[in-house]
Amino acid sequence: MALLARVPWGPLVLAAAFCVPAVGSRFYTFLANDIVIWALFATSLNLLVGVTGLVSFGHAAYFGIGAYTTGLLMKKLGLPFLLAFPAAGVLAGALALVFGFFCVRLTRIYFAMLTLAFAQIVWAICFKWNEVTGGEQGMPEIPYPSFDWVAALPLVGGWRTAEYFYFLTLLMVALCLWLLRRIVGSPFGRMLTTIRENAERAEFIGVNVRRYELAAFVLAGAFAGLAGGLFGIFNRGVFPDFAYWTKSSEVLIMTLLGGMGTFYGPAIGALVLIVLNQQITSYTEYWPFVLGVILVVLLFVFPGGLAGAAQAAARRLGGVRRA
Amino acid sequence: MPDPSFVFAQSLSGLTAAMFLFLIASGLSLIFGVLRVLNFAHGTFYMLGAYSCFQFVQWLGVGGGRFWVAALAAAATVALLGGLVERLLFRHLYGKEELYQLLFTYALVLILSDGAKMIWGTQQKSVSRPPGLTGASSLFGAIIPHYNLLILLLGPAIALAFWFVLQRTRVGRFIRAAALDRETLGALGVNVDALYTWVFVIASFLGGLGGALISPMRATVPGMDTEVIVEAFVVVVIGGLGSFWGTFLGAVIYGQVLSFGILFFPRFSIFAVFALMAGVLIIRPWGLLGRPLK
Amino acid sequence: MRKSFDGFLAVGGVSLTVERGRIAAIIGPNGAGKTTFFNLVTGHLKPDAGTVRLDTRDVTGLAPHDICRLGMGRSFQRTNIFPRLTVYENVQAAFLSHRGRGHDLWSRVERLYREETEALLTSLGLRERAGETSGFLSHGAQKQLELGIALASEPSLLLLDEPTAGMSATETRETIRLVEHIARERGLTLLFTEHDMEVVFSIAERITVLHQGRVIAEGTPAEVRADAEVRRVYLGERR
Repeated sequence: MALLARVPWGPLVLAAAFCVPAVGSRFYTFLANDIVIWALFATSLNLLVGVTGLVSFGHAAYFGIGAYTTGLLMKKLGLPFLLAFPAAGVLAGALALVFGFFCVRLTRIYFAMLTLAFAQIVWAICFKWNEVTGGEQGMPEIPYPSFDWVAALPLVGGWRTAEYFYFLTLLMVALCLWLLRRIVGSPFGRMLTTIRENAERAEFIGVNVRRYELAAFVLAGAFAGLAGGLFGIFNRGVFPDFAYWTKSSEVLIMTLLGGMGTFYGPAIGALVLIVLNQQITSYTEYWPFVLGVILVVLLFVFPGGLAGAAQAAARRLGGVRRA
Repeated sequence: MPDPSFVFAQSLSGLTAAMFLFLIASGLSLIFGVLRVLNFAHGTFYMLGAYSCFQFVQWLGVGGGRFWVAALAAAATVALLGGLVERLLFRHLYGKEELYQLLFTYALVLILSDGAKMIWGTQQKSVSRPPGLTGASSLFGAIIPHYNLLILLLGPAIALAFWFVLQRTRVGRFIRAAALDRETLGALGVNVDALYTWVFVIASFLGGLGGALISPMRATVPGMDTEVIVEAFVVVVIGGLGSFWGTFLGAVIYGQVLSFGILFFPRFSIFAVFALMAGVLIIRPWGLLGRPLK
Repeated sequence: MRKSFDGFLAVGGVSLTVERGRIAAIIGPNGAGKTTFFNLVTGHLKPDAGTVRLDTRDVTGLAPHDICRLGMGRSFQRTNIFPRLTVYENVQAAFLSHRGRGHDLWSRVERLYREETEALLTSLGLRERAGETSGFLSHGAQKQLELGIALASEPSLLLLDEPTAGMSATETRETIRLVEHIARERGLTLLFTEHDMEVVFSIAERITVLHQGRVIAEGTPAEVRADAEVRRVYLGERR
């Protein structure tokens, strides 16, 4: 079992992901692209929920802001992706700073309610501000970034635009996940876990709890914004429901499904949920019902999510001894 | 300067909407006050109340007071469902983290609302008004349907009845005590488990009744649950989580803000509502009449 | 200092000075205001009147995390550790925070302050259990761990709120010996509250007795033992 831990899963999965357009159809590339973006979104949420212990019901707000930012900059102002994409993160992070400032002064249910309220405000603005956001109709036809220069290169030429975008998404998400991984494994990340475990005690080892929570909130919002920026292009359109509360609950469910206690849990949750959704909707229109049942089973039987269950099984099988 | 009778009509319509919201929100507030959990599925109970009322009306017809029987039967059905859910499923999550309880209520939304789709389909359903209340009168220059007027009277009546139950009956006292300190109540020998089930039953009854009563006024469609639950959240936040009259006040305020907001600032009315909710949470998180949580 | 809650005077006019390097204790029956007093000192509560001074610095009203950084450490009445972190991680976290590494978003956290953490764990007798999840430890071990967390913040003043509560006689004696040893070794100023009189009289150099929020006696252990008021209110009641 210790051998399994030594396998470089990260690079392997990344390499496998790059191969999808080569071995699968256009549909599989589409699906993989969807999964990869949501994996980033869910992992960003986990920085708040799993690492710091802050349950947010309004994370979709930052996803939506990111999507609208990139969409607006690329469609209406014609800015290149390399500017529009980071802008999504910056703007979402800035908004998270403003909202988060008020949210972290509250605890538990009030915190959750305020995150929800702010998300609904974002949704309401996107829904009604026709001149800028396109209102209820949203902004369809966000252009792809230009890939002409890549297609001209010798080795990597010859793919379709959607596939180039998939590769780009993979690179961006891999970079973001790597950054997030560094953050979670850093002293800063450890301070966040002390807040989750016992905020009172954390306070009295010198941790300014509110400031750290705000920092986590901003980072989580920024990365969610980046995910949103990618999604707007992928979805070929940006719509107000990106910020609606049901989007927030979708990503929360993914995080729970995969397991909040591990770093890659949420990403696994995204994979499983999207694949399940795709499979089940081909048989029945009652996907929400199935999802609800899965959720109930999860809550009662596998509260640690899939990753948590896998870890527990591995421990029992491998008899891993504590250092 | 808008026509005063129009303003009056808007205000009344806001108040009528408030009465329904109060019915749902009071159930939500009750569950939160005692069980400390925010029940996302409450909007779905409301929707099921509307669908059940439709179904009972299909079987019984609307004449001769049968609408009221149907409405009560619908509320009772939803109450039964709520009790079963609590007893068989929810109860096992009590010790666990709040997040799990919240997600369970969300799972209920998914299951129950799709369940409703399975039974009743996606076409909107309508219920005719009970005979005798199909007309409308002119009041201060505005045309007010009789059914609406009845709701305006019924709403506060139900509120008072509910308040009476809370203040004067044994069950009510236990409920209020449980909201303050469950452990001591249990230590005093009160069957807290049964009490929790009753709380769920009563709250679901109120939600279902709200849905049943609104069915002649609005179309019963899928999706009305997710719409209404967010409104209920706003009401409960403004009024104060766990406070009875706070919920009533919150509902009235919300109804007025929404109906006048739509009138004067149509593009901003939704925004205004959530801005109000955020504002209350920032300035005074426990709402107008609530008490700070321990 | 004075503090009231809704008209109930929890702490009324309590004044206390502890000299550097000394070991002092606050005793009193339940409800005497000991924990409230501690909370006032550590910034968890704001006094209605009075000031708190650490060395020459006025720290009244500062947030707990700031007071901690100025050199005050504390353990709590109910065991306060980080349950899902290991014993090692619990102590390491305190070092990380104290040494200002909390702003580091880049380094890998595992190897930081390894020596200091292991040294501290050894002095507490918890070295062999470093990898265990702290939430599963026995009550006594958790209390020791909590002491370790407080010490890792390298305080000049250490406040211990009932450090031996819930411990067996053996554990109590060991813990107290440990506490005294560490305090002397590091030149710590120690202020603690206790119910166990043996503990108090064995290591305290100065004792303050509280009753219903007021000081009724103060002095060396011998003086306090002989004080008639104390005997009547506290020692007498226990018989």
